[in-house]
Amino acid sequence: MSASRSSSQVQQGDRIFSLIVQACAVLIILILVSIIAVLVIKSQDTIGRFGLDFFTKGTWDPVNEIFGALPYIYGTVVTSILALLLATPFAIGSAIFVSEYVPRRIGDIISFTVELLVAIPSVAYGVWGFLVLKDVLRTTVDPALKAVVGPIPILGGLFRGPLYGLDIFTSSVILAIMILPTILAVSREVVRQVPRLQKEGMIALGATKWEAIRIAIIPYARTGIVGGAMLGLARAIGETMAVTMTIGNASPDKLTGSLFQSTSTLASAIASQFNEAQAARTYGSAVVQLGLVLLIVSSVINLFSRFLVSRTGAKNTRS
Amino acid sequence: MAQAQPLVPQLDRTALISAEKTRYARRQLTNTIASGLMFFLTAVSVSVLFIILAYIFINGISTLFPVVDGHLTFNLDFFIKPPESNLDGTTGGGVAQAILGTIEILIVAGIIAVPLGVGAAIYLSEYGTGFLVNTLNFTIDLLAGLPSVVVGLFVLAAFIGNLALIKIFPHFAGLAGSFALIIVMVPIIARSVEQILRLVPDSLREAGLALGMPKWRVILQIVLPTVAGGITTGIMLSLARAAGETAPVLLTILGQQFISTDLLQPMDALPIRIYKYATTGQPDLIPKAWAGTMVLVIVIALFSIAVRYVTGRNRYDA
Repeated sequence: MSASRSSSQVQQGDRIFSLIVQACAVLIILILVSIIAVLVIKSQDTIGRFGLDFFTKGTWDPVNEIFGALPYIYGTVVTSILALLLATPFAIGSAIFVSEYVPRRIGDIISFTVELLVAIPSVAYGVWGFLVLKDVLRTTVDPALKAVVGPIPILGGLFRGPLYGLDIFTSSVILAIMILPTILAVSREVVRQVPRLQKEGMIALGATKWEAIRIAIIPYARTGIVGGAMLGLARAIGETMAVTMTIGNASPDKLTGSLFQSTSTLASAIASQFNEAQAARTYGSAVVQLGLVLLIVSSVINLFSRFLVSRTGAKNTRS
Repeated sequence: MAQAQPLVPQLDRTALISAEKTRYARRQLTNTIASGLMFFLTAVSVSVLFIILAYIFINGISTLFPVVDGHLTFNLDFFIKPPESNLDGTTGGGVAQAILGTIEILIVAGIIAVPLGVGAAIYLSEYGTGFLVNTLNFTIDLLAGLPSVVVGLFVLAAFIGNLALIKIFPHFAGLAGSFALIIVMVPIIARSVEQILRLVPDSLREAGLALGMPKWRVILQIVLPTVAGGITTGIMLSLARAAGETAPVLLTILGQQFISTDLLQPMDALPIRIYKYATTGQPDLIPKAWAGTMVLVIVIALFSIAVRYVTGRNRYDA
């Protein structure tokens, strides 16, 4: 009698507890669903009014309620890709150095140091970029690039126009620093996953260290490194404060193609315009739609990169 | 064997060896250049961190520990006073309202995010198979990768002011900032706690169950206490991340200059104050931006190093 009562109490306790943790799971899923739902609902106004023009027109005029987000999309794409191009060689080089050239302990210390860069908050990069890097680039690197690359026919177009310091180039350099540890961490892991025998076999056959790296390690780790780079790209696309503080937050009607142009990214446009926008219906809807675009783009890249990284992991556990 | 000899063409051994020697020298040279390049790339990557930290600390320390009359002093006002207007138009006082706001918003967010995240982690590691688990895993991945400005924008568009779908707050409010930080913290807590729960050996769970404990008591009284340290660091990691987030709080609490603990009114947070002080263009505010950055970086670094230390020695061998 008492045994059966306690066993039913046990079952009840288990049932309640599993319901509680299930409720946590469902609530988290609901949060994501409501984020998507709210952004879609609150941007209906501009989706209906502008349609595809939102993506292809370059005029962003809150006063006359004309919203084309092309300059922001352009800013997002150019800063992220340039940041990726700047950061990837350093990340891959460091990843190979810490896993192939130095003892594991020292390698761990070096990569831990670089990965501390992740812990620095975005606004700190913004402060450094706005108060230090902006002026350093404007007075040294920018004029040098303009003088050296400027005269070259097509490439020169990237380095034209007056130098303000708050432009695509400065933001890209800051972003490159910010995504460097992300790419490094993933690259280091996949480089370490390469079976030792492959490399040792090549060394035994008389290959130099570099040849072993180039032929045995890099091809094996390539997919994972690309995945790491994509993770970095996802981070660069969504990065807000550091970009808001260094890109100039302009809404240029005409895109010159120069890296020295001030513009905005999707994220920085939201951060710099939300306060004015939330008071007006259409303006608010336009800014929410920027967020919706950002959500979709970053999620797609994020999932794709996770897929790439996990694929290398799976491949390695089999071999 | 001897008959096979003429089939091999007669080779000029010395020419062959000298050709191979130049090839070998070239390969060695490429190898040296590649090694040098790797070293250079690593050196630049590491030094970038030290350059940024040097700027933050040199500028921050000179604000927090100013030399007055040849004596090193401590700028306590920075921590305990709100901004005050001086007669000459500069701003005195400190950023107390921002520090207070950050702490208050974080505590409120933590009270909700911690049980939610830990609950989800328990579900994933102790219960999970099937559709709901896959959906939750996918959701946590997406939430973790969501740009934080989108989280702030969601809270703004859902709950605040004219734009609101369900108008909970008539204007920017501290509690809305906590809402945003919950969404930032939950995926971090859920992921890290889940990984730590998986370190608990099954033999511990089985021992509890064999003694007749119900599953929920095994989880609460055996599994969770075993990894309490790891769970704490997971929570600290999420707090560190949330403390440094600017965009989600900027879009929800806006920032202001007065000491206020009312969660239904606009509040201030340290990252917001840093952002505003660095970019307003008033030269007297810039040292305070540096000092605030230094405080923020130190707090976050302490959290991160503690996490590294604890997870580094976590071994739950049965």
